[in-house]
Amino acid sequence: MQLFAEMFEKVDQTTGTNEKVAALVAYFQKAPLHDKVWATLLLRGRVKRSPLTSLRMRQVFQRLSGTPRWLMDECFSHVGDTGETLALLMNAGMLALDPKPKERSLNEWMTEELVGLRTLGDEDLDRRLLEIWNSAHPEHWFLINKLLTGSFRVGVSEKLVLKALSKVTGDSESVWHQWLMGKSDRDFEELLLTFQGQAPSKELLHAIPFCLASPLEESFFVNEKPEDYFAEWKWDGIRSQIIKKGDQIFIWSRGEEMVTEAFPEIAQMASTWAEDVILDGELLVWGEDKPRDFNDLQQRLGRKKLGPDILKKAPVSFMAYDLLHLNGEDFTALTLAERRTKLESFSGTRTHPRYRMSQLVEFTSWDQVKELQLQSRELGTEGLMLKNKHSLYVTGRKRGNWWKFKVQPYTLDAVLLYAQAGTGKRSNLFTDYTFALWHGDKLVPFAKAYSGLDNKEIEELDRWIRRNTLEKFGPVRSLKTHHVFEIAFEGIANSTRHKSGIAVRFPRILRWRRDKTVDAADKLEDAQKLIEAHV
Amino acid sequence: MNVVELTNSGLYCAAGDFYIDPWRPVRDSIITHGHSDHARVGGELYHCTKTSEPILRHRLGADILLRAYDYGKPFKMKDATVSFHPAGHVLGSAQVRVEVNGEVWVISGDYKRSPDSSCEPFEVVPCDTFISEATFGLPVYAWPTSQAVAADIFKWWQEYKEGPSLLFAYAFGKTQRILSELGHLTDQTVYLHGSCETLTKIYRDQGIKMVPTKLVSDMPKEYKFNGDLVLAPPSGHRSSWMKRFKDPQTAFASGWMQIRGNRRRRGYERGFVLSDHADWKDLVSTIIQTGAKRVLLTHGNTDTLERYLREEKHIQAEPLATQFEGEAEA
Repeated sequence: MQLFAEMFEKVDQTTGTNEKVAALVAYFQKAPLHDKVWATLLLRGRVKRSPLTSLRMRQVFQRLSGTPRWLMDECFSHVGDTGETLALLMNAGMLALDPKPKERSLNEWMTEELVGLRTLGDEDLDRRLLEIWNSAHPEHWFLINKLLTGSFRVGVSEKLVLKALSKVTGDSESVWHQWLMGKSDRDFEELLLTFQGQAPSKELLHAIPFCLASPLEESFFVNEKPEDYFAEWKWDGIRSQIIKKGDQIFIWSRGEEMVTEAFPEIAQMASTWAEDVILDGELLVWGEDKPRDFNDLQQRLGRKKLGPDILKKAPVSFMAYDLLHLNGEDFTALTLAERRTKLESFSGTRTHPRYRMSQLVEFTSWDQVKELQLQSRELGTEGLMLKNKHSLYVTGRKRGNWWKFKVQPYTLDAVLLYAQAGTGKRSNLFTDYTFALWHGDKLVPFAKAYSGLDNKEIEELDRWIRRNTLEKFGPVRSLKTHHVFEIAFEGIANSTRHKSGIAVRFPRILRWRRDKTVDAADKLEDAQKLIEAHV
Repeated sequence: MNVVELTNSGLYCAAGDFYIDPWRPVRDSIITHGHSDHARVGGELYHCTKTSEPILRHRLGADILLRAYDYGKPFKMKDATVSFHPAGHVLGSAQVRVEVNGEVWVISGDYKRSPDSSCEPFEVVPCDTFISEATFGLPVYAWPTSQAVAADIFKWWQEYKEGPSLLFAYAFGKTQRILSELGHLTDQTVYLHGSCETLTKIYRDQGIKMVPTKLVSDMPKEYKFNGDLVLAPPSGHRSSWMKRFKDPQTAFASGWMQIRGNRRRRGYERGFVLSDHADWKDLVSTIIQTGAKRVLLTHGNTDTLERYLREEKHIQAEPLATQFEGEAEA
C-alpha cells in the first residue's frame, strides 16, 4: 500500500504530465505483479464492485463516533466526498482510534481486507471497519476510504496510464489500449497473464480505438478545399463498433462499454452476415423517416433484461459510417475515400431492415454546406460531419481529419432558483444550479446546469448565493430570484418525469445575463414552442 | 443588556459611543487587527494596540488619527471600560474586552490558538458574552502543528532544485508567519513578491525573527531562482508576474487546503494546511474556556457551530450577521 500511496501522492501533487508518467513508471517497475493489475484497474476506473456503499460507511462512522447525524451531513456537503470527509474527521480525532499500522500490499487490501463487507450486519461491520482503520496507516485513511466506497479517482488520463505501461514493457500504447479495452476486475486473471507478458493473441475482438472529430474552427472554411471533404449527417445516437468474427459478435460503445446485450436485434442482424467485419457506426432508434428522441435509446442501456415491449417500442438500427476490417483484412491504413468504396460495396448487398449506411451529402461549395447545415434539426440530426477524404482511421481526436459542424444550440433565458454545492474539484462551492421559467406568475424549474461559467463568475455567484439564501433544504438552497442566465441545450422533448413537463438535453450556461431582470426571463410557453417547431 | 449591538455601520457600543471594526466611516473605531475587512479607511479616530499601529498607518494612511494602547491596559470610553487582549491571529491582533456596569463582553475579531512565533499568543478572557468568528466552523478542519507544516514546506522546497518553489500566502500575517517558522529550520534567503515587502519590514522592525529575505524584483534578469523559495500573494498565481519563473512548482498555504477539492480547483500542486484562524476544536474549546453564557457568531460556518453549541454544549448561541470575511479563499 505504501508504494501505491506514494504514487498516488506524486500524481496528485503535480500538474505536469511528465512527472505524472514518471511516477507511474516508477510504480509499475517496483510494484508486485498483482498490485500492478489492481493499480491499472483503479487508475482507469475499472473496478466495478465497491466493497461498501458511501451511505453505509457513514452510518458505521456515526454509530462508532456518536457524531450527530446533522453534523456529519454538514461536513459531507461541505467536503463533497464521503471517503475524504471521514478521513478528515478521523484525523481530527472525532473517532476514537488506536492505529497499529500493518503494511499490506494493494492486492491484499483488494482481495482479503476489503471484501465480504456488504453482507455483514451492522455490529460485525462496525467491528470490521474499526479493525480496518486501525490496521491502516493514518496517512492512508483517505485512500482506504476511497477504495472502500469504490470512488477512487486521481488526475491521470487514460493516455498517461497507457504511456507509462508502454514505457515499462516496450509494447506500444495502442497495443496496451487494445489489451485493456473493456477490461474490468472481472477479467483479473486474463490481465495477470497480460502483465506477465503472456497477453492473449493480439487478435481483435475488441473495438479499434475510435477515430474522433474536432469541433469546427472559424478558419476551416478559409483553409480547406471542398473537394477534399466528404459531408455526412451527424446523428445523435450511440457511436459504436460491431465486431463479427465467425460466430462471435461484439458491440462496443465509444465509452469502451460492451453493449452487445443491450442491442440483441443488432447482434442478431450481424449473425446473418457471411463476412467477418468491424464496422464503425451509430446506434439509433429509428422512427418513420428520422431517428427518435435520444431518451428512447438511453432506456436500453442500464437495463439488465430487455423485455419484448421495449424491443418493440424502441427498435434500434445501425447506421454504418466506416468499414474497418473485412474478412481479416485491415482497412484502417487506407484513406477514407478508399474505405468508402469498400463500405458502399459491402452495404450494397445488405438487405436487413436494421442496417443503414450513412449517405454522403452532396455539395460543391462551403456556402452550400452552410446552407445544408441549417436543415439539420428538421432531419433529426445534430449537424454535419466533414471528413477529409485522405484521412486514415487513427486513434482519437487527431486534428484536421474529421470535423463536426454542429447546429447552434437552443437557448432560453432562465432565472436562477436553487443552488447546491458541487463535489470533487467543486466541493465547498455552489456550482450546481437549477433554473426556472415563468409559468403565469410562478417560476417552474426546467433545467439543471453545472457548467458554462468561468472561475471568476463561479466565485462571484458563490458569494452572492451565500448572502442571498432564502431557505435550506438539506444541501440545496433556495435563492432570491434575481439573476438571469442564458441556458443553451441540444434537445428538448415532452416529459412526464419533470415538473415543467419538458426535458432538455445537455443544458449548460451560455451567458450570465446581467442586463436582464427577472421579469424579462422566458416563459414555459416559449419552451413549448421550441418542441412544437421541430416535431 | 446588550453592551454591543449590530448597526448599519457595524458593531456598536452605545455606553462607550464607539464602533468595533466598523464597515462605514464613524468617529471612534476600535480596531481588532489590520486585515482589510476589519480596518477600513475613512474613520475619524482609530484605537488599536501598539504593535498594530504601524500596520494600520501603512494600510490606512500615515496621517490617520490614532491612539495606541498596551495589551491588558484598561481605558475609559465614556461609560465603558475597554482593553485589548492578544488574539494570536496576526501581529498586533486583539480581542476587545468591553465592560459596562459589571457586564463583560469580548469581541474576538479573528483568532487562532496554534502557536505562531510571529505574533502575540492568544489569551483567554473570561466574559459574559463572547462574540466569536466561525471561519472554519466544521469538524473536518483540524490543523496540524505549525512546526509540522513548516517542516513540510521546508522539505518541499529543499527537494526541488530544478526550478523555483512558488509558495502563495497572504501578504500580511501568513507570509511573515512562514518566514518566522522557517527561521527555526534554516538561514537561507527567501525571495519575496513586492507586495509582501513593507509588512515584512514592519514585522522585523518590531523584533520578529525571520529568515533573511530579498525582493524578486531586485534580482538580475538572468537570475533563475532554481532551488529558491519565493513567497507571493495568491493574486500572483497564474498572473503575468509568474512568467518570470521557469518550471516552477506551486503551492498555497491556507486552512482551505485541508479539503482536496479546494486545492485542485485552484490549480495548486501542493496545499499546506496553515491558517490564522482557529480550527473546529479550538473554536469550541475557546468558547467554553471563556465561560460565556451567550455566544454570538459573526462569520464563516456560523450555522453549524451555532447548532452544535446549542444542542451539544447547551450554550446560548446566535448568529450575528457582520460583513467580516475570514480567510478569503482565493
